[in-house]
Amino acid sequence: MAEAAESPGDPGTASPRPLFAGLSDISISQDIPIEGEITIPVRSRIRESDSSTLNESVRNTIMRDLKAVGKKFMHVLYPRKSNTLLRDWDLWGPLILCVTLALMLQRGSVDGEKDGGPQFAEVFVIVWFGAVTITLNSKLLGGNISFFQSLCVLGYCILPLTVAMLVCRLVLLAEPGPVNFMVRLFVVIVMFVWSIVASTAFLADSQPPNRKALAVYPVFLFYFVISWMILTFTPQ
Amino acid sequence: MGRVRRKHSGSSFEDMGELHQRLREEEVDADAAAVEDDDGEFLGMKGFKGQLSRQVADQMWQAGKRQASRAFSLYANIDILRPYFDVEPAQVRSRLLESMIPIKMVNFPQKIAGELYGPLMLVFTLVAILLHGMKTSDTIIREGTLMGTAIGTCFGYWLGVSSFIYFLAYLCNAQITMLQMLALLGYGLFGHCIVLFITYNIHLHALFYLFWLLVGGLSTLRMVAVLVSRTVGPTQRLLLCGTLAALHMLFLLYLHFAYHKVVEGILDTLEGPNIPPMQRVPRDVPAAIPAARLPTTVLNATAKAVAVTLQSH
Repeated sequence: MAEAAESPGDPGTASPRPLFAGLSDISISQDIPIEGEITIPVRSRIRESDSSTLNESVRNTIMRDLKAVGKKFMHVLYPRKSNTLLRDWDLWGPLILCVTLALMLQRGSVDGEKDGGPQFAEVFVIVWFGAVTITLNSKLLGGNISFFQSLCVLGYCILPLTVAMLVCRLVLLAEPGPVNFMVRLFVVIVMFVWSIVASTAFLADSQPPNRKALAVYPVFLFYFVISWMILTFTPQ
Repeated sequence: MGRVRRKHSGSSFEDMGELHQRLREEEVDADAAAVEDDDGEFLGMKGFKGQLSRQVADQMWQAGKRQASRAFSLYANIDILRPYFDVEPAQVRSRLLESMIPIKMVNFPQKIAGELYGPLMLVFTLVAILLHGMKTSDTIIREGTLMGTAIGTCFGYWLGVSSFIYFLAYLCNAQITMLQMLALLGYGLFGHCIVLFITYNIHLHALFYLFWLLVGGLSTLRMVAVLVSRTVGPTQRLLLCGTLAALHMLFLLYLHFAYHKVVEGILDTLEGPNIPPMQRVPRDVPAAIPAARLPTTVLNATAKAVAVTLQSH
């Protein structure tokens, strides 16, 4: 041990001078490690930076996005005043809902007419251009909400109407008649009111307090048109 | 190279536009530099003079391009519309009510509120009412085509007739701006909305004619009074106001009668003419019908379904 402590780095410099005569006996034993890896204990990564999500599996990414979308669906179904939809906005939910609605509003082509194409495109265009118009209107009225946040809220609040569409399709499997129509009317009206309440709960805070009615009215018209499309749907 | 400096107003549209413009400018600068280098080396001594003139031309081009893009970004800015949406709900309500009240004072130019929120919402409401007026029961309806027709009709009327009357006003030396014309005609659609909402639910021709004259007439009179107060000369007044009155009243007639025919026409071309179109036009109620049966023939299909359900319980 004393030999190693003297000069561990260079065994050759032990010169044969009278002062250091005893040093020629120094030798380094080879089994003391002088090289190795420096390791620092890594903290468990609580928040991953963006670049590191590239390495995770596709399943993780999809599940994470689906969970975010599902959480926002819950917020729409039980509307409370909260900022979740506004803070982490995303457009996946509106896209899924719009595509579902447009697919369900399509009729199967019975006798070869071009039924399928135009209806899907028109529902899509109506939903997205309606949402853009309402967003522009609320911005021009002095709202402090950003463009995509507003699109996100309006798109997510189509969820009750999509549920109404599903119920209507199921009800239409029964025999047609006035009772059938009344049930559908009742369901669509309830879901229409639910959509408006949900979107108002999120959008109302972003407007100046005395202009809430001005911003809510076009939302009412938008959901009314979508409800009308759902109510008048008859599969052929 | 100077950058376009614009104050940040919090709209993400403008941020994207500014970023895009900066990227474009950088790209143009890089291109211009590359072009200059190439030409200078190739042409040698002659290239020196050519290079100078080329540089001058380039700088003029850059200056013009910068001005043009600045003007474009100024006009494509959504905030340019912001002052026209600066209204309170109470103001909108009072303007809606005033649009039905003609004012007799025609010697003094009457004030027109230059806002776009009310007219735009009224046009959208008219679209919604037109869609609602379609029967909701047995007939097969293609919502998309109807939607496109409804939106095209309403917006076409509002923008087209406003432009046409503005052009006539320019010929007749009337003091009205395009914005005021848009606002005036937009608020005049309030009467149309009321009439159509009532008469699409109650199909009585006599009732429609009454409302057409009364409500449609009131809103037309209001618009006519405003225009008369801003025009000088009897011929000009007659031309302008006659045109506007005719177009406005005829549009209401068209919406009630012929729009149904247009819709039936679309339905027929899509399904085939197996049902004669006359059967689906809002039918005239026969006069010789006992009073007890009158309610069920007059109300539309939605109300009928409600009535049937209530009666069965």
